[in-house]
Amino acid sequence: MATYVAPLPQVSAHSAEREAQGWTSWITTTDHKRIGIMYMVTTFVFFCLGGVEALLIRLQLGAPNNTLVTPQTYNQLFTMHGTTMIFLFVVPMMAGLANYFLPLMIGARDMAFPRLNALSYWLLLAGGIVFYASIFWNPPEAGWTSYPPLSGAIFSPAGGQDAWIYLIHLTGLSSILGAVNFYATIANMRARGMSWGRLPLFVWAILTYSILLIFALPVIAAAVTMLLTDRHFGTHFFDPAEGGSPLLWQNLFWFFGHPEVYIMVLPGFGIVSEILPVFARKPIFGYKAIAASTVAIAFLGFLTWAHHMFTTPIPEAILVFVMLSSFLIAVPTGVKMLNWIATLWRGTIEFKTPLLFCAGFIALFLIGGISGVFLAVFPVDWQLNETYFVVAHLHFVLVGGAVLPIFAAIYYWFPKITGRMLSEGLGKLSFYLMFIGIVVTFLIQHVIGLEGMPRRVYEYPDVGHLALYNLISTVGAFILASGVLVTIINVTRSLKVGVVAGPDPWRANTLEWFTTSPPPENNFDVIPLVRSVEPMKDIRREIERRSGVAAGANQGGASVPAGATQVGL
Amino acid sequence: MLAFFTPKSGGSPNANQIDSLYKITLYIALVIFFLVEGALVYALVKFRARKGAVAAQIHGNTRLEVGWTVAAAVILVGLAVLTFAKLGSIQNPPNSGPGGADLAGESGLLYASDERKLPPDGKALNIQVIGRQYIWQYVYPGANEPDGLGAPYSYEEMVVPTNTTITLDIVSEDVVHSWWIPELGGKFQAVPGYHNYTWFKVYKPGVYRGQCAFLCGRGHARMIATVKAVPPAQFEAWLAYQKLLIAQANAAAEVARAKLNAQTGAGQVENP
Repeated sequence: MATYVAPLPQVSAHSAEREAQGWTSWITTTDHKRIGIMYMVTTFVFFCLGGVEALLIRLQLGAPNNTLVTPQTYNQLFTMHGTTMIFLFVVPMMAGLANYFLPLMIGARDMAFPRLNALSYWLLLAGGIVFYASIFWNPPEAGWTSYPPLSGAIFSPAGGQDAWIYLIHLTGLSSILGAVNFYATIANMRARGMSWGRLPLFVWAILTYSILLIFALPVIAAAVTMLLTDRHFGTHFFDPAEGGSPLLWQNLFWFFGHPEVYIMVLPGFGIVSEILPVFARKPIFGYKAIAASTVAIAFLGFLTWAHHMFTTPIPEAILVFVMLSSFLIAVPTGVKMLNWIATLWRGTIEFKTPLLFCAGFIALFLIGGISGVFLAVFPVDWQLNETYFVVAHLHFVLVGGAVLPIFAAIYYWFPKITGRMLSEGLGKLSFYLMFIGIVVTFLIQHVIGLEGMPRRVYEYPDVGHLALYNLISTVGAFILASGVLVTIINVTRSLKVGVVAGPDPWRANTLEWFTTSPPPENNFDVIPLVRSVEPMKDIRREIERRSGVAAGANQGGASVPAGATQVGL
Repeated sequence: MLAFFTPKSGGSPNANQIDSLYKITLYIALVIFFLVEGALVYALVKFRARKGAVAAQIHGNTRLEVGWTVAAAVILVGLAVLTFAKLGSIQNPPNSGPGGADLAGESGLLYASDERKLPPDGKALNIQVIGRQYIWQYVYPGANEPDGLGAPYSYEEMVVPTNTTITLDIVSEDVVHSWWIPELGGKFQAVPGYHNYTWFKVYKPGVYRGQCAFLCGRGHARMIATVKAVPPAQFEAWLAYQKLLIAQANAAAEVARAKLNAQTGAGQVENP
């Protein structure tokens, strides 16, 4: 160890007004970090509610001809589950993570429109409250896809269906405003030197997520408005008896619904692309290919919606076109998978919890991607559509592709948000329980679907091995839930007793690790010049050069003085 | 070996063709699955951090990346070609077999529709499938009234002759349903305001079970459908008996209606 210690430059720019304290400060805040925390906490609560609904669904299906819940309750449960997980968990959780980390990663001091940002959050909360208020009356029961005529006034007269419509409107408005904000922030507020080719891949993903939201959400907003006026104001958009068309809904819904899948998984891809290089101690393999494939997936995602409609009366030319466009989207997705594995290749992989969740993501998302190819072959889809095979597929895609990266993000960024480390032991336990839980729950569901069991049925007869397969799936769901519970324990425990993290515990690559943990209200007193896609590596190298001390040699990373010292790098 | 991992088939040629297309996809998928998962596990085990190991600072490899992009595209083009090769035998119904029902009689129907797929000789037994919360109704040809009424029909259980090409005309009277008998081929939505078409041809007499495959309300799980395939002679007898039952029921209803009219003097009581 060299004994020479570089003199710490003294910078006292951080003499801004003190941070506001108390609960009112949360209600009035426009700080992107506080809004991000509120997003994450709120959406995690909804994740738990959606999880409880899933467990009730699995309990009902744990035995054939079960009578635990009524058919009405069962339909309400899966409608609430799907809607909650998509509109109140995955999409806004990604917005929450982006809220917190996007300005930090690009070296900005806040979002472009801080008050609009606060409005986005409060609209999301309002949407969630309106939707969940319906459980005190009649929750919706037409599925998260709410196809008319079933969701119309005749077959779903209860107000729960309207609560669903308002949820789509409120969370949709929240997401559009958030997307505009993310786009404006990325376009205008990057640190000096951060050209498009040096944008962190998570930021590329959020950029694409924002564009997808801006294009897709107005379509669903229009569709649910038409549904609302059909239900209450005498229009007939979806009523065939009056010249309307139920297929119009399917087209509008899936024009939004398919890009929505990429809205949910692309930020997950971004998270994985950030975490893998840090723990493999290697640059990301094929930065440009990953960024380009993100954009390609987003574009192609708008051309494939009719693959949700292979069994409807549509012309054969469309069947063929959509099969081919769905195949095409598998190419950039496959490229990403191989790029991630190549990032691990010849690295020195540190098996920390975030890395485990990312590896689990690759392993499980692959299954969802491959089963998607079966569903794209439209004659095969005629057998598999609307069965448990599809349920298995979409859960491998969304639990594998979005939930596991979200957990990776929790373990990776918790030290930055709170200044404390999560327990590695509990983290690994949580990962293994969740990984095993996902495999046990959903792998067998492919077989259940192939046996001929449709989705969204509250009971099934005791024929063949259906009872055994469903019981296995139910047991898996509880293993998965216990894994989530371990993370909840880990988080609450570490808030008080976690090891103090320091600014850069992982020796990571991006700018959020340049500032203190948690960051001050203004994020950075001085924003460094960005010279590559891995600015923190440059900064550590520069310190090493100047001080002669191997930067970050002592684990804990405190060797990069937080905030202000790297003037002129 | 992988029987539990394939869709049901064995009832009708289209189901069998879908099954074989599924198997081709499955074999390709399994190869890719094991290659990629294998590479992942190998990388995780082989390149874990060890004392003295240094990570290779590689940023990419253009030739490798172009190579695997092209490889992925080639595999999918191959799968598309195989799908097109199989498509005809899945979509287009064959002629009825020599032992099939005589379609020259009143049950035979010729079509001029361009949406509906027909066997080469144009002859098939066409059954209209009507989805309704929560029961399937099947209407057979043989309307004896000019407005198309009076045709024989049945509920839940569809009886069909073996060795005969059956075309289905799928409609719905309320919400979206989906017709599906796994062993007889793919499923097709019954969308109100639209006609959807499929076909099947059963060789072996037997009962084939299915159920509504699209959420249609609280009774969705109990919207059962069965197809009972019987030899043509037995089918003709069943159809005649079904007609008789319907005629008897209509006659009984007529009597009841007349009686009710006489009792109440209420004139016409529509749709008793």
